[in-house]
Amino acid sequence: MAQVILYNVTNGLIIGTFYVLMALGLSLILNLSNVINFAHGNFLALGGYIAFTLAPALGYWGALLVSPLLTAVIGIAVERLMIRHLYRRDPVYSLLFTFGLAFLMQDGARYLWGTNPVPLGLPDALAQPITADLFFITWYRVFMVAVVILTVIGLFVFLRRSRVGLRIRAGTLDLETVATLGVNVRHLRTFNFGVGCLLAGLSGVLAAGQIGLNPNMGDDLLMPSFIAIIVGGVGSLMGTLFGGLLIGMAAALTTAIYPAASEAVIYAILMAVLLLRPRGLMGEEGMMS
Amino acid sequence: MSATFLAETDEKRAIGVTYLKLGAIWVLLVTAPYWSPLLGGYTALAGKVLVFGLAAMALNLLLGFTGVLSFGHAAYFGLGAYGAGLTLRYLVHSTPLAMLLGTLLGGLAGTLFGLLIVRRRGVYFAMCTIAFGQLWYYLAYSWNDFTGGFDGLRDFHRAPIGFGPLTLDLTEGGTRFYFFVLAVFAVAVALMGLVLRSPFGRTLLAIRENERRARFLGIPVERHIWLSFSISCFFTALAGTLYALLNNFADPQALHYSQSGFFVVMTVIGGMRTFWGPLLGAAVFVVLQDYFSSIWPLSWMWCIGVIFMMVVLFFPRGLLGSLRRRVSA
Repeated sequence: MAQVILYNVTNGLIIGTFYVLMALGLSLILNLSNVINFAHGNFLALGGYIAFTLAPALGYWGALLVSPLLTAVIGIAVERLMIRHLYRRDPVYSLLFTFGLAFLMQDGARYLWGTNPVPLGLPDALAQPITADLFFITWYRVFMVAVVILTVIGLFVFLRRSRVGLRIRAGTLDLETVATLGVNVRHLRTFNFGVGCLLAGLSGVLAAGQIGLNPNMGDDLLMPSFIAIIVGGVGSLMGTLFGGLLIGMAAALTTAIYPAASEAVIYAILMAVLLLRPRGLMGEEGMMS
Repeated sequence: MSATFLAETDEKRAIGVTYLKLGAIWVLLVTAPYWSPLLGGYTALAGKVLVFGLAAMALNLLLGFTGVLSFGHAAYFGLGAYGAGLTLRYLVHSTPLAMLLGTLLGGLAGTLFGLLIVRRRGVYFAMCTIAFGQLWYYLAYSWNDFTGGFDGLRDFHRAPIGFGPLTLDLTEGGTRFYFFVLAVFAVAVALMGLVLRSPFGRTLLAIRENERRARFLGIPVERHIWLSFSISCFFTALAGTLYALLNNFADPQALHYSQSGFFVVMTVIGGMRTFWGPLLGAAVFVVLQDYFSSIWPLSWMWCIGVIFMMVVLFFPRGLLGSLRRRVSA
């Protein structure tokens, strides 16, 4: 029994970390640009597939480093060429745009890399279980969680300590004032979009090592990430972090007890939060209300 | 003297043009089963246009005329469809009751959920509607025994409607059922038109144009948005019941958020700020979808995606919106 619970706790942690990475990227873009990026799951898949393509040439470690950066570059190109023109318009347009982009990227991935799932090979050192008893905890799982933790810490330090990070946070609160103070908001938003896509690309590479690659791999993560943002509170990155871990854990623990309800519990949390604390667990009142 | 006279004739002409346009729309709709095959369509496709058009027009009550962004209307559409289907399959074999219960199911779900999110605005509102909508998709998808799960709800058929001694036999498809859908559509559209022309409808426009000013004028903005959301959900659910009857089938895809996106894009293609735009948008969308999925059965999604992006980038006013701008310029 203890092993079953431990198994599900580790699963919850891993699912939670994916929700967190995905939701943090979405949240960054949402907060600063007021855009819901429906294509975020497709940027995740893109990151995974780029790693798959690069791995034979660069090896796993090279691909792990380069693929998120390339995903960010593609994201920046999309933002600069197209999404940027939609900021001044009604939010319905940017929503429709990223929605269409998601369809296009999904069929694009299918066209380039095929419909069938493909695996991403791991270095031997990572594929081993830690001990024979805990066969389900491979080094890869430990590595994955460690990378996510480091990334999240890095992101928060960046947002709090660096000048650009400070501007991003200030822009979340009051973009107009930030612009008046002489900050180039256009560049700030582009950069911020790139960071969001970088996180998506990184989660894509990490997920590919665990579950393999298929063109729809990001779809199942998109809705829980939305819910993580609402539960945590729109406008609060800390809330998103907490929300992602919370629903990941809740889903995994429910799986241990009653598997059929694992997704229902996510929606139950959403409804409870909307009923009892509509601004989200860590959201500030008045944020986008 | 002559100025008022001119203004009066102008007004009379404007009213005349409006009636002319209305007449043209209805003549086109009534004769659709006869002219659409000539253009390569078929009657079921025309019925689908009406059903999606009704849903998109209902969404537009909220999107275009209240200025509130719902991206989860597939939930109420799908709930209407499943409500009607489940009624016919498990409860009674009656078409009007199925429509009534389906509409109530979707409409009440929307009314209750509206209470929770009415204070949210913009993309946050949109996000809540998407997430809540997916709840129903997930439910229909996983409750296999009751809803048919991934394969959808089958094994129900629309029943004939009896009016005393007369019976309207809807069991066979084709033109007769199209006219039934058209009749329901006409009543629903007339009701929506009445809502929009009422003082309540004018107040919604005021909220859309300037929410803060409306609030300072003493308009209970939240209550109005909530009512508008509920009304919109009821009409969307009605469209959903027609969808289930049209196909004798309800599938989880009707509840999926991509369907919500389709409704929004229909509205935008036709013109968000126009009453009839969404119907035109639905016609364009349904025909294009039918065309692309027949020439590339496996990869038509990217065409739809490109259409979305093109409309947003180059055609944000939609067909009727651009037309109206050109006329008034």
